[in-house]
Amino acid sequence: MKQAVREAFISKILLLTALSSIGALTLITVFIFAEGLPVIFKTGFFDFIFGMKWKPSRGIFSIFPMIAGSFAVMAGAMLVSVPFALCCSIYLAEFAGRTTRAIVKPAIELLAGIPSVVYGFIGVTVLVPFIKNNIGGNGFSVLGCSIVLGIMVLPTITSISYDALRAVPDSYREGALALGATRWQAVKMAVVPAAGSGIIAAVILGMGRAIGETMAVIMIAGNSLIIPLSPLDPVRTLTSNIALEMGYASGMHRQALFATGVILFVIIMALNILATRVIKRAVR
Amino acid sequence: MKEFMDTNLNKNNMSETNLSAAKVRFDNFSVSFLPDKPGGAIVEALSGINLSVGDKKILSVIGPSRSGKTSLLRSVNRLNDLHPNFVPGGDILIDGAPVYASSNIDITALRRKAGMVFARPVILPLSIYENIAYGPRLAGNNSKPSLDELVESALKDAYVWEEVKDRLQSPAASLSGGQRQRLCIARVLSMRPDIIMLDEPTSALDPVSTAKIEETLIALKSKYCIILVTNNVKQAARVGDKTAFFLMGRLIEHDDTSKIFTTPRDERTENYITGRFG
Amino acid sequence: MNSRTEEKIAVNILRLAALSAIAVLLFVIIYVAYKGAGSLTMTFIFENPRDMGREGGIFSAIVSTFYLAALSSMIATPLGVGTAIYLCEYTTESAVTKIVRFGSDCLAGVPSIIFGLFGFVLFVIYLKLGWCLLSGALTMTFMILPTIIRTSEEAIKSVSYELREASYSLGATRWQTITKIVLPQAVPGIITGVILGVGRSISETAAVIFTAGSALATPESILESGRTLAVHFYIIAREGISMERAFATALVLIIFILLINIITYALMNKFIAGKKT
Repeated sequence: MKQAVREAFISKILLLTALSSIGALTLITVFIFAEGLPVIFKTGFFDFIFGMKWKPSRGIFSIFPMIAGSFAVMAGAMLVSVPFALCCSIYLAEFAGRTTRAIVKPAIELLAGIPSVVYGFIGVTVLVPFIKNNIGGNGFSVLGCSIVLGIMVLPTITSISYDALRAVPDSYREGALALGATRWQAVKMAVVPAAGSGIIAAVILGMGRAIGETMAVIMIAGNSLIIPLSPLDPVRTLTSNIALEMGYASGMHRQALFATGVILFVIIMALNILATRVIKRAVR
Repeated sequence: MKEFMDTNLNKNNMSETNLSAAKVRFDNFSVSFLPDKPGGAIVEALSGINLSVGDKKILSVIGPSRSGKTSLLRSVNRLNDLHPNFVPGGDILIDGAPVYASSNIDITALRRKAGMVFARPVILPLSIYENIAYGPRLAGNNSKPSLDELVESALKDAYVWEEVKDRLQSPAASLSGGQRQRLCIARVLSMRPDIIMLDEPTSALDPVSTAKIEETLIALKSKYCIILVTNNVKQAARVGDKTAFFLMGRLIEHDDTSKIFTTPRDERTENYITGRFG
Repeated sequence: MNSRTEEKIAVNILRLAALSAIAVLLFVIIYVAYKGAGSLTMTFIFENPRDMGREGGIFSAIVSTFYLAALSSMIATPLGVGTAIYLCEYTTESAVTKIVRFGSDCLAGVPSIIFGLFGFVLFVIYLKLGWCLLSGALTMTFMILPTIIRTSEEAIKSVSYELREASYSLGATRWQTITKIVLPQAVPGIITGVILGVGRSISETAAVIFTAGSALATPESILESGRTLAVHFYIIAREGISMERAFATALVLIIFILLINIITYALMNKFIAGKKT
């Protein structure tokens, strides 16, 4: 019976470890909100989100330009990444031979492993001058961010869509092929639509990644507090606002950065939950 | 009361089996599995089984698939407990002690007492030696001389010693299918069980290996109570002292093997053993 | 256009996309190698930085990185593997597993800057640990936890049910079955997850800079601040302190990441091959 007591004890310990991730998520939520909400309440929810001025020295905190910046950069990144990632995943899942796949897939996954500061640095040293000299503006721009972020979220979207495509039963392909379709027609008309919700989930998760990315954006964005109206305009995102000013902020200013974090956190969680919903529907 | 039920429901084996000598006794035993989702159907795997197995005897259990044979075996060592929706009814008595009714039964001790050999020879990812020593070690035996002796005698009793004695430390995965299954039998023997249960032990094996396993079983009969579930009617006839025929979760007939195969009482038994269905 | 030509064109476009992805990867690696190789010498690796990183090497940053990665994986591994064991072996699908999975999925999506804010307010301020490697490692623990949970879960699930049954039937308890049979079989898969976590600790900047700080000296204990390679790289690159040294540091980072990916890839293949026999 000593054994039974020990087994019961172990199962309690394991349950505790299993609660660590939800515990961490709760802690994060509690601490970010506790630090950030006072400023949001003080400014007023509406003014905080839709106001145009961010002047820490005068205690004015409104983040609309950054929200606009985050979404502009995210949209640009999706324009770059989604077609690119879809092509890669369809090629890998449907057309690549075994050896090709064994080389290309880990290579694309490796893109996710490269530190974001390295992407940012290459963006600054290569892409920014290129844009400045060949397209216009001073180079630090929505366009630069979009290209770099597009590459950074490529592995996320590719590998999740790849899984969705592989999960489509072979009967879909065979059915189309039996009707005289080419492989490409079978993929286009049967396989991709069947994997649709998985691909949508992949894109949503990619959006979350793009909005949440910090270090690469901070180096390429230019960080001006304006609403970007052209792809060549500089931009400041929610993430870069936090990272730029955390180093020296204190008091109310620091709390305002946490408030920025609250908005960022809510956007990301909404995207994550949306993605899991979409995936669940796909499973059904 | 229990005697009374046996007399009523199991008239045919009353004459031969002395009830007090029964090693394993199924007492109005039933097994059902609750549905996975609310609204699903309850699966009754076994219902109202009354059956006694004597010590130093082999009972062959035959019947078509889904007749409840495997559930029967897995209930004896409570392996069905791993199934979250398993619900037993009635009880099983080993040496007169209830397996389910008693609340503080030591399940690991029960599983050592009633050893089990599976249809597919499952080799633990360990050496040959450690496969055999696994059970004794779990029971707390860590003395090398004693384990050495247990391993040797178990392998000898399972008639596989000669083939493996020079490579006890090599991975058990290097053995052939037939050798693996005899290793599994040896692994059970090393725990010094009272009962050995085999669930279609030769279904994945070639005829030569099958013959070797059958020989092994007949030799082991002198020491153990053996329950052999088999889908091979001829094997049941060759090996069993008694044979029980199951159909759709019910015990249809149970008698001396010779009687079952020559003068079965029930038409369904006759149809099954003559190969008309199943 | 007939359907054969259409297929040919389509497949070539798809192939071009895949090749461009590889081209991007190669460009990143070759560009950094080309710019950084000149400054990457033995003395660069084994000397401490001087004059804010303008002179000297990166040894103290390598030490800090090692501390951070080792510490966070040491804390995250038992938590992650414990979670995976609980999910796979101790429970069926229930409200608890749903909550656990939800927590792990959401945690995986939280951006690193949020981890940075959180680690700063909880560990640095609230628990009064200050900017130190321990604060950084605890923050990274939460960040890499979902990866370790997911890979361990997959590894544990891939161990066949038959082995577990055989073990139980020989009188093993649940915990004995897990420690003697299941975990040894799952180890390569679990290690893969841990190494991936190490990779994230090495390359992370935003979450680390606000928790572990950016002190240049070699840390002598985990309660001191330390500047990891990625943070060091960010600071000297952003502040334009030394471009050659920035590239050389980036090259070291990329070499670490490449090694980690090669090791996990090899382990994964071995693991899959092992499962087939």
